Amino acid sequence: MSWRESSPLWQLVMSRIRLFLREPSAVFWVYGFPLLMLVALGTAFRDDPQERIMVDVVGSGNRETVLERLRRESRFQIATPADDGWRKRLQYGKTDLVVEADAATPVGYRLWEEPRRAESRLARYAVEAALNGPATSTPGPASGPEVRRLEGAGSRYIDFLLPGMIGMGLMGGGVWGVGFVLADMRVRKLLKLFIATPMRRGDFLASILISRVTFTVLDVVFLIAVGAWVFDVRCQGSYLELGLASLMGAACFAGIGLLIASRAQTIETVSGLMNLVLLPMWVFSGVFFSSERFPAAIQPVVNLLPLTALNQLLRGIMLEGASMFAFWPQLLLLAGYGVGTFFVALKIFRWR
Amino acid sequence: MSHAIVCRELVKHYPGKPPVEAVRGLDLEVREGECFGLLGPNGAGKTTTLEILEGLLDPTSGDVRILDREWRTHEQEIREAIGISLQETRFSDKLTVAETVRMFRSFYRAGMAPAEAVDVVSLEEKADAYVVQLSGGQRQRLAVACAIVGDPRLLFLDEPTTGLDPQSRRQLWDIVNSFRSSGRTVMLTTHAMDEAERLCDRVAIVDHGRVIALGTPSQLIGQIGGEHLIDFSLMETSQPLSEDQLQRLPSVRSAHANGGTYRLAVDKPHVALPALLACLQDEGRELSHLTTRHGTLEDVFLSLTGRRLTEDADVVA
Repeated sequence: MSWRESSPLWQLVMSRIRLFLREPSAVFWVYGFPLLMLVALGTAFRDDPQERIMVDVVGSGNRETVLERLRRESRFQIATPADDGWRKRLQYGKTDLVVEADAATPVGYRLWEEPRRAESRLARYAVEAALNGPATSTPGPASGPEVRRLEGAGSRYIDFLLPGMIGMGLMGGGVWGVGFVLADMRVRKLLKLFIATPMRRGDFLASILISRVTFTVLDVVFLIAVGAWVFDVRCQGSYLELGLASLMGAACFAGIGLLIASRAQTIETVSGLMNLVLLPMWVFSGVFFSSERFPAAIQPVVNLLPLTALNQLLRGIMLEGASMFAFWPQLLLLAGYGVGTFFVALKIFRWR
Repeated sequence: MSHAIVCRELVKHYPGKPPVEAVRGLDLEVREGECFGLLGPNGAGKTTTLEILEGLLDPTSGDVRILDREWRTHEQEIREAIGISLQETRFSDKLTVAETVRMFRSFYRAGMAPAEAVDVVSLEEKADAYVVQLSGGQRQRLAVACAIVGDPRLLFLDEPTTGLDPQSRRQLWDIVNSFRSSGRTVMLTTHAMDEAERLCDRVAIVDHGRVIALGTPSQLIGQIGGEHLIDFSLMETSQPLSEDQLQRLPSVRSAHANGGTYRLAVDKPHVALPALLACLQDEGRELSHLTTRHGTLEDVFLSLTGRRLTEDADVVA
């Protein structure tokens, strides 16, 4: 007998390794997925060894002086939007800070920040330091620049964030409420016991969808109510259309949840699949900041994610007061995901 | 007499490496009103056979008729008329017993009141308890309640008492017996001999995907030679005896030697025992141990396969 055959440690270690390698999903989650996330996040925050601060410079007067000072530091990424679009850029998180040059102010400019975002605060300190600089010896609060914030319903970061939260909630609800629940029932052999009875499969699937819709309504109403009471967030567009768009999103993610659950035999597999679906969209689909901050090269992919489309749709209705039908490409995309995943899932669904 | 279940030349192969032949040409006829048991070790193909009969698995080949109907053409009709308890089902933790039974009742067009089904399995006191709070025996009774709530003519139970304590087993046996005594049919699988002897009118012993013996428990025990068994062993200093020698004793149907221990299957212990003792006396052998007992299905299985039922438990379940 060789030492390998007689060594319990060797045998135990080899058994562990064999068991691990024979579970392909485990291999993927341990090696493949982190790699995937690494690549994804690396692309989003690429060639960015130092901080990058997005600043808009607008207004007239000594604007050139401001620009010249800021350009000395490479960490500032400066945009000079011509029109009034900077308000929306600040609100959507596309820029961190706006410097409005105005000769009428004591220091020659005023700053617009979004105090609810940490990046905006940091940008303000960096810009103040750059503009006052060591050159000017007039520090102190008395001579600091005037700082303003976007106020009033519909123009703050919270107004931007709320539709993102609704979208994220709809995604989580659909994927968890349908995907996890179904896989759990399969693991418990409950699905198998159900189909051993005269229960009609259509009734069962309908029950899942109906309970999803019920929870969706509660979910959306709750978020909108809290937003209205606590933060005075209003929907600029039609509440009916907001509701319809939410149902559309819920149906789309229910289909995706169904697809995730259609084959999974273990809770581990379904958790993995859910993470695979949820994580990229949490990162890329513009929940916390505009997805347009990602490089142009990956925009086509980002725009194909269902949550991106849903967030654009919800923000269009809530922030811009647009008609939902103005966002017909997003509607089409959501419907496509919903119908496509639903039919594939039904086709490959494993009841046992 | 009409048949609740008829299956002919049932075959089920699973492709794979290596391919598994779970069922290899199995014939069964279960009469209406009887309790029929599939008895065999783990991996014998019992559950596969049952799931084919239940319409949950498609056979590779062979014919199945349930209550004179075929799955292919009358699935919904059969489902309304049968009740099924699977080998392991974990009901949703956070539903109550009553809620669970009520949900299953809703799947059937006709049936008993959910509360009645809960009564039948003696879970009235737990009706409002969450499933997660039930003991193993109570969960198994809940599974039976869900299987009978549609008032089925034919009840399938897969390993209904495996893993339960003796008291819970007896409770379940009572439930099955009272169900059967109302004239309905029960088909169950088990690897517990006492369960088969206690519950079943007829038993098919299954091994390696085939029926190797069929009959009432007492017929089967009689068939393999004598309903009574004499086990004995000799002192270590004694010379061994030959099986032939023992076989020639009066009333002995078969003799089996294993090391220093012997097993005789006999028809009449009061004839065989004196003869055995006289023989030992003549040969100058000395006994160290002797017992007599009734034969069991375990002995039937042993004599048919040379293996014990409860061994080789880790083949294909």
